[in-house]
Amino acid sequence: MMRRILAWAPLGALAVAAMAPLLLTPYQLTVATYIMLAAIVCTGLVLMTGVAGMVSFGQAAFVGVGAYVTAALSTTFALSPWIGLVAAIASAAVLAALIGLITVRMSGHYLALATLCFCISFYFLVGNAELLGRFNGITGIPPVTVGAIALRSEAAGFALVLGALALVIWWTRRLLASRTGRVLRSLRTGTVIAESFGVDGQRHRLIAFVAAAVTAALSGWLYAHVQRFVNPTPFGVPASIDYLFMTVIGGSGQVWGALLGAALVTTAKQELQGLLQPVFGATTRLDMLVFAALMIVMLHRARRGLWPLLQGLISLHLPAPPIVAGIDLPSGRARPTPGLPVLAASHMRRSFGGLVAVDDVSFDVRAGEILGVLGPNGAGKSTLFNLISGTLPRSSGELSFLGQPLASVGARDMCRRGLARTFQHVKLVPDMSALENVAMGATQRGHCGLAAASLGLDRAEERRLLGWSQHLLARVGLADKAWEAAGSLPLGHQRLVEIARALAADPVLLLLDEPAAGLRANEKTDLARLLLELRADGLAILLVEHDMEFVSELADRLMVMNFGRLIACGQPGEVRANVEVQEAYLGVAA
Amino acid sequence: MTFDIAAVLFQDGVANGAVYVLLATVLVLVFTVTRIVFVPQGDLIAFSALTLAAFEAGHTPGTVWILALGAALALILAGGKAAGERNLAGLASAALWFGAVPAAIVLTALFLVPKEAPLLWKMAVTCALITCLGPILYRLVFEPIAAASPLVLLIAAVAAHFGLSSIGLHVFGAEGVRTPGFAGPPLVVGDLVVTRQTVGVIASSLVLVGLLSLFFRRSLSGKALLAAAHNRRGAELIGVSATAAGRTAFIVAGLIGAISGILIGPMTTLYYDSGFILGLKGFVGAIVGALAIYPLAALGALLVGLVEAFASFWASAYRDVIVFTLITPVLFWRSLASPHVEEEAE
Repeated sequence: MMRRILAWAPLGALAVAAMAPLLLTPYQLTVATYIMLAAIVCTGLVLMTGVAGMVSFGQAAFVGVGAYVTAALSTTFALSPWIGLVAAIASAAVLAALIGLITVRMSGHYLALATLCFCISFYFLVGNAELLGRFNGITGIPPVTVGAIALRSEAAGFALVLGALALVIWWTRRLLASRTGRVLRSLRTGTVIAESFGVDGQRHRLIAFVAAAVTAALSGWLYAHVQRFVNPTPFGVPASIDYLFMTVIGGSGQVWGALLGAALVTTAKQELQGLLQPVFGATTRLDMLVFAALMIVMLHRARRGLWPLLQGLISLHLPAPPIVAGIDLPSGRARPTPGLPVLAASHMRRSFGGLVAVDDVSFDVRAGEILGVLGPNGAGKSTLFNLISGTLPRSSGELSFLGQPLASVGARDMCRRGLARTFQHVKLVPDMSALENVAMGATQRGHCGLAAASLGLDRAEERRLLGWSQHLLARVGLADKAWEAAGSLPLGHQRLVEIARALAADPVLLLLDEPAAGLRANEKTDLARLLLELRADGLAILLVEHDMEFVSELADRLMVMNFGRLIACGQPGEVRANVEVQEAYLGVAA
Repeated sequence: MTFDIAAVLFQDGVANGAVYVLLATVLVLVFTVTRIVFVPQGDLIAFSALTLAAFEAGHTPGTVWILALGAALALILAGGKAAGERNLAGLASAALWFGAVPAAIVLTALFLVPKEAPLLWKMAVTCALITCLGPILYRLVFEPIAAASPLVLLIAAVAAHFGLSSIGLHVFGAEGVRTPGFAGPPLVVGDLVVTRQTVGVIASSLVLVGLLSLFFRRSLSGKALLAAAHNRRGAELIGVSATAAGRTAFIVAGLIGAISGILIGPMTTLYYDSGFILGLKGFVGAIVGALAIYPLAALGALLVGLVEAFASFWASAYRDVIVFTLITPVLFWRSLASPHVEEEAE
């Protein structure tokens, strides 16, 4: 019941907001319109900064692109504002794609600084362009017309902006809950998760950046036709910083944070000006100092912004969504015959400068077996793991998967071929539910992208992907934890979620990197039972472990590494009796 | 364009470039040690020139109040923390760095710099004021989040810049200043006429870069900085405190910022908010060196100076547009040259 009320709450709020022109003074209505215009930009920033972990110091320039493109088209060329809208969005998208393509491969502060430089260039460019009216700007922009009605009044402008804001928020929330949205949400922790599950992380970073730019351009388009004139002032770096402050202060993690931040900062700014100007003179910008200080304190104390604090304050305990019905999707791959090699490596070698981390290692993993890899610290296990999973290129040697030779492939391609892995240090998206984390692994089993998610064409696929994820969660024994945030689960459960996520990719080979590390005894027993079941299903499992006892009991075969070399390989009994192995582990022959 | 004009532009470019070299060097230093893209470095430069100009005009520079306020805040924060932990050494260090030293400098600036004092003395006090701001900024803005990702640190740096420029407007006013520099008749070398200012700036820049490189190679704290820059955690394990390294880096940043301001003051009119654009120009240079390689960064900074000089001749209104658009090919080149960098979690 509570859920149903909450689901309708935004619509109720929208209806109340639509009444505002009847209640507010014209001045208040204008302020409210500005707040909503800012909130549209901030919603894009939430997507980009809070969700995908990128920062832009140039968002105001994208607003400016939207405003100037439509202003020029609708005055100089006397085109309809609706053509201006398409052109505004297209220009911002192209510009963002260009800036993004150049910088997404590098770490985040380069993109941030590139946007900063873009914003400065844009400001001086439009400020000096004869065609765009230099610093005086463009006046006489026509209002938006719907049919024969021109939206000329303050109330009409308010309604237009309100509609756009509602649309942007609705779209962003829908996007975030989709397959593409899950990938975007994983990017805040880096691109490793996305790449390991067959998704192009850089491309999704670009998508988030372009989406934020397009949202900003929409706000610019609205601004131009509501305000009816543009000049360069509101599109400079200070405005960009304001947008960023609003987003961070409001709470960059959720869409509602954007609205909260825009409202708070806009009103606080006006109040502050009113307080400071009588004391310090009309030119004072000490309000900026207050915001800078507030921003720094927020970064120190509450980096996720005010919205989560507010949520905690009124302790809004949302009842969990209903558990999705599990669906056991049939495997989309041909299963190799048990006993035949899935992965074969011969004479693999990897050196880092003078250090040879993996030296002339040959082995194979067969379908329906568990191969344990043992070795003391620094033996080269992790490097071997990275060579197989495609994270590191090898220096020399051959590797083949399901009989096909692998020239040089990355993690993304290995996942598509049927390899899935877990991480030694758990890599889950902490604020995403366990179910959605598992669904992240199934990304390759779906096809719906941004467009399908926006139009709501992904419902059936989403039901299948989430059902499949729920099935796997049940399989690892966490059916009742589906909607809990992955970061709040105990370590043992997090490792199980990682295994479920790997299984969601429908693999033929499962790479497990120390899955038993940090588990309690009974948890280890459960894990062992699960692995044996998976083996019975015909999966090939490569298990890197420290825990000799755990591996020896499970594995069909063991291989032991020391100083980068393979020193023994065979039945657990034989290997344990091997003198060299005993020396490696105990220092002397027992 | 005649040869004469080109020669003058070239001189201008190299002289401005020499200051950008200092800026880029500091940006690389601060970034490698603390992973902070120190945007407010430009503000320190502008404040330095404004401080010297105030001394010249016989006013008390507003820097004094910024320093007093900042030091008081830092003293409360650092002292409070040390007292809470019953850490006597920390308390003493806070009292020294945020209490005694700033107090001494503020008192000197207030009472011992009459209008008719020699220029060198005014410059020295200016340097002391600005240098002292460095570690205070570090304590107030960055130290509590020293372990955060570069992106969070960058947001903090930009916030700090806006804070500084808003105080700047308050204490210095909106008027621009030019400060006196290396005076005297120009030098004539063959057909070339070179102003003393140009020679002075280039020479000072060279000497400073040389001293910095000596500092890194010869002194213990320089080596500690390099160690902290190379591997923060490793350095901590062998007893190099990351906090101390950060503070040292910011002292160096403050000092070089102060000197840069004195050097560039006579060449361009500086306003309370000139620092931002200035800092970004140094940054464009630093990016050529991927924020890590000093000689490349210096070369990039020099290039920025030259591009700026020639751009202001051909298309003066678009000067900054050209300089900042320069970053696009540079970034593109860096992106091809550097392998994919994995982002840290927030």
